[in-house]
Amino acid sequence: MSRTAQLKSTAAVLEPRTLNEALEMRARAPDAMPLAGGTDVMVSLEAGVIDPPRFLNLWRLDALRKIEDTPAGGVRIGALCTYTSLGRSDLVLRHASVLIEAARTVGATQIQNRGTLGGNIVNASPAGDTLPVLLALDAVFELSSAERGARLVAAADFFLGYRQTALLPDELLIAIHLPARNADDHTHYRKVGTRLAQAISKVVLGARLRVVDGQVVEARIAWGSVGPVPMRSPSVEAALLGVPIDVDAEAKVAQDIRPIDDIRSTADYRQRVAENVLRSFLRSVVQTRS
Amino acid sequence: MIGEGLVRADGQAKVTGRAVYVDDVRPEGCLYAATVRSPFAHARITGIRLDPDFDFSDVTVVTAADIPGENVVALMTDDQPALADKVVRHVMEPVALVAAPTREKALAAVSHILVDYEPLPALFDPERSRGHEPSLFGSDNVYSHITLVHGDPDGAFASAEGNADVRIIEGTYRVGLQEQLYIEPQGMIATHRVDAEGAPGLTLFGSMQCPFYVVKALSRVLGHKRFNVVQAVTGGGFGGKEEYPSLVAIHAALLALKSGKSVKLIYRRDEDLRATTKRHPCRLRYRTVVEVRTGRLLAFDGHMLFDGGAYNTLSPVVNSRGVIHAVGPYRCENVRSEALMVATNTPPNGAFRGFGAPQVQFAAERHLDRIARELGLDPLDVRRVNLYRDGDLTPTGQTLKDIGAKIVLEAALERAQRPLPPGNGSGRPGGGGQAARLAAGRGLALAWHGCGFTGNGEANLQGKADLALEGRDLRVYTSSTDIGQGTETIFPQIVAAALGIGVGRVSVAPPDTDLVPDSGPTVASRTAMVVGGVVLKAAQALRAALASEVGFDGDFDAMLDARTSDAVLRVREQYADDGTLVWDPKTYRGDAYPTFGWSCVIVDLEVDLDTGEVLYRRLVQATDVGRALNPVLASGQLEGGALQALGYATSEEVVLDERGCMRNDRLTNYIIPTALDAPEMETVLIEIPFAGGPFGAKGIGEIPHDVPHAAVAQAIERATGAVLDRLPMMPERVMAALERRR
Amino acid sequence: MILRFQVNATDVELDVLPMARLLDVLREDLRLTGSKEGCGEGECGACTVLIDGRAVNSCLVPVFQVAGAKVETVEGLASGLHGHERLHPVQAAFLEHGAAQCGICTPGFLVAAAELLAHTPHPTRLEVREALAGNLCRCTGYQKIVDAVANALGRQGS
Repeated sequence: MSRTAQLKSTAAVLEPRTLNEALEMRARAPDAMPLAGGTDVMVSLEAGVIDPPRFLNLWRLDALRKIEDTPAGGVRIGALCTYTSLGRSDLVLRHASVLIEAARTVGATQIQNRGTLGGNIVNASPAGDTLPVLLALDAVFELSSAERGARLVAAADFFLGYRQTALLPDELLIAIHLPARNADDHTHYRKVGTRLAQAISKVVLGARLRVVDGQVVEARIAWGSVGPVPMRSPSVEAALLGVPIDVDAEAKVAQDIRPIDDIRSTADYRQRVAENVLRSFLRSVVQTRS
Repeated sequence: MIGEGLVRADGQAKVTGRAVYVDDVRPEGCLYAATVRSPFAHARITGIRLDPDFDFSDVTVVTAADIPGENVVALMTDDQPALADKVVRHVMEPVALVAAPTREKALAAVSHILVDYEPLPALFDPERSRGHEPSLFGSDNVYSHITLVHGDPDGAFASAEGNADVRIIEGTYRVGLQEQLYIEPQGMIATHRVDAEGAPGLTLFGSMQCPFYVVKALSRVLGHKRFNVVQAVTGGGFGGKEEYPSLVAIHAALLALKSGKSVKLIYRRDEDLRATTKRHPCRLRYRTVVEVRTGRLLAFDGHMLFDGGAYNTLSPVVNSRGVIHAVGPYRCENVRSEALMVATNTPPNGAFRGFGAPQVQFAAERHLDRIARELGLDPLDVRRVNLYRDGDLTPTGQTLKDIGAKIVLEAALERAQRPLPPGNGSGRPGGGGQAARLAAGRGLALAWHGCGFTGNGEANLQGKADLALEGRDLRVYTSSTDIGQGTETIFPQIVAAALGIGVGRVSVAPPDTDLVPDSGPTVASRTAMVVGGVVLKAAQALRAALASEVGFDGDFDAMLDARTSDAVLRVREQYADDGTLVWDPKTYRGDAYPTFGWSCVIVDLEVDLDTGEVLYRRLVQATDVGRALNPVLASGQLEGGALQALGYATSEEVVLDERGCMRNDRLTNYIIPTALDAPEMETVLIEIPFAGGPFGAKGIGEIPHDVPHAAVAQAIERATGAVLDRLPMMPERVMAALERRR
Repeated sequence: MILRFQVNATDVELDVLPMARLLDVLREDLRLTGSKEGCGEGECGACTVLIDGRAVNSCLVPVFQVAGAKVETVEGLASGLHGHERLHPVQAAFLEHGAAQCGICTPGFLVAAAELLAHTPHPTRLEVREALAGNLCRCTGYQKIVDAVANALGRQGS
């Protein structure tokens, strides 16, 4: 009837000192669960949801904490950057202030000090607060393995199913690449979660509209908590593209999302709220431009 | 001294981390306990076996068969067993206990106690409880049924027919369960001791409000009183640690007796949420006759149906307070107030700050708003025309004097007119920024709250307090516990003021039932007003005793200087009313309470029209406290109570599964407000002294939780036109109400 | 495993299970019981400690990850000895403003506030509320806690 009573974990820990060591251990010990800040893993462990025989500690890999310019003019964020460190980065502020806004809504201070952007991505919860923003920003994830080296996977191709991702068993997420901010972009983040901190979202909207001469030339509308995965909203994006901003595009939301009734909310509420927050965003873009 | 915001006596220990809560103690060689609980709402137990494949060699197992005395949790009635024997009546009911050298082993052992159940039909709908099957309590499943009649309600309703000057207005209101959510879960430690006479016994040390409740309950289970009960520093109670710790103590004691070792029993958070008592849900139907021109109440007919859950606990007291407070702080000459408290197969509901008053006064305030809406009147005007005035009679026929209703109303309105204090802007992360569509509104509600026990409660209880002169210092001995509200600080303030000495010379003995007399429980807004009054009497008696010893009555230190003995001088006083209170518990006529507190709450909020979320900006409350013995502690109580009520209003929903078990049994999904959710609060202390309280003090512990949720409902209505008559007003319900409005 | 780290400016060396929760090691092995457990899942903040100056929930930190780190708990906020201790300004402010009631959440709030004040000595009230939103209190309504932290270092926040 109840979740499994927690027994003290006797799991062992693998302690790589370098990224290369970590990738080799990852290949050799696929049963070792990667562990970064622990803010998701420790909750699952305490609740008895997971019980891996060993962990692969990534926390010491300072190489994964860098935030740097990319040759393409964007920014590369190391996977171990905490939500707090994102908020302190001028580079992230310049290219993706909307990501900082999202990071400020994850849990609260203590979680933001420990939880990592990479952890949020590989945990792949449909309610992951930063994920719709990464989708909206066309983020690209840098995955690496000892055998094949690095490869790039677009955020839109990464989330495959409920808590399933494109990450292969011998791979680690190394970094997140964000393209340069375009002056014509309007970005938006909205989290709906009953209380203002320590909330698990009921609906998350991450959005980016590129508007040139009154026409939408690029539209990214992405959702969290309204389906099994964080997802783009193709029907809404298509409806917005190539026309002046259509504030009634929210009517298309229902075609794209698959909300459910669960302990936190109802499918009906989620759909209505998704439509409403999208409409308000679109209106605010129209108002900003007029 | 009195009226000074002295730093709390236990403050230094609490800010340095040295205060000792139950889980901070680890007796040598102690065992860790866990509880085997029912997975069924209603079932017959046909067998309890130990899994032969599990190593029980270092595990102590206790079942009902191990109970040396009676298998009851003695409280108002003896219906609740300490451990379910033949039948379980709610999910999570304790069936067996285990103790082992580690918590991990104990938790593992729980799942290897094999209990055979034969499920029985279960009852979840309180509307279908009274007189229905299955039979859970007494002959008809009714814990309490009280009807109070004042004036001639039938006549008033009959004469309303066809009278164009009056109208009959009806409404139905609903409130859900609420969890106390003390941040420290329930916990108790049982250790073995040898008492002063050399007899073996036990010490129960734990988180609790009422040590003598534990004494009463445990002595029935053990069949003797060879034990003492000591309160640990307690991490919040709010009623949730009034009666429930008796059960925890019984369990720890049974395991300690059988194992011969110390036993520590600490609930996990999810277990605490699923197993322990909640605030009673209630459905309320109100019918009133009102004057069309003014909204004046001419007659009131209210029917309340409370769900008591599977055992009686203190439910009749909740029912009683509900009946008496049902109309709110408003005059009405013709009243019928009827409350029914019934049994269901959900975990028992129990004590929670307010004790029925927050439920019924939500309905009373919403009903006045309905009257205003239907008659096209201003809700504030409807309140003004109905507020109690000096000399009015309450529904029990009690004559009210020194009424604070109008004073608190005007004080709150005056404060709320001032500009919003700085620092609470709406720049919240993730809130949508400029895109958000917000509608602002203000709501107001008024409350009254009877202080202390109902009717003859205090006279029957005769709460006691001792005061001892030990050297040149004084020590207060009571069973009143400090659960955060400041007992350990205000009792010394009272004694020091009465004797004209420095407060630093007065200490409070730890609530240990070996050392202290029974002052009554720490409940019902009674500690400062009632027990504080007995402490004041004790100070006066001690002064008199000292005066007679030294032959003169003067400066306290001068009298001490004149003493020739250094013997401890100890006096005991007990509560006695002045004989002017008259109460008939059979008819519910007479003086229901020694006095009432009065409060007005004004809430400023914004409704997010896209999401139905409610954002709190400001909460002003003006409350008659009689006399603020310590204004810092008093306003702290009022602010905390108000925020608990805002949680009740818009975020705290207990979701039950098909077995009546709480599904949202984690702090991630039972949602109490954070510092970001809380409004800036301003608290105006109004002092209308009560002659029966120490220095004029009244009880204040519960009144702040009585109506902020009603003010929220009014504010939402004023902001958006959406009408909500059901708690909690979760965003989903606000959204639905916004859509109904269109 | 043998683990070395610093707690409240004292070096410690312990034999621990690597995945044990830092909270349990502090409370059970080191008998530092000021950090409290209210939920075990990083929601209530009662177990907040500083690791290298950053406030974290010690119930969510596997202890092996603090190897070589500086951990500070509520017991380390004041300086000096018991009875003659000099309180941290935020501890003194909690006493003055009546910000502690039942006290079970108090250690976590104090530690979280200490981090805030270390880099923002004169926070606005909204900054205080955001910084402390990971700590749940059921007694105070937060009003006196915000008062205490906003004023701890002497100037009214705005």
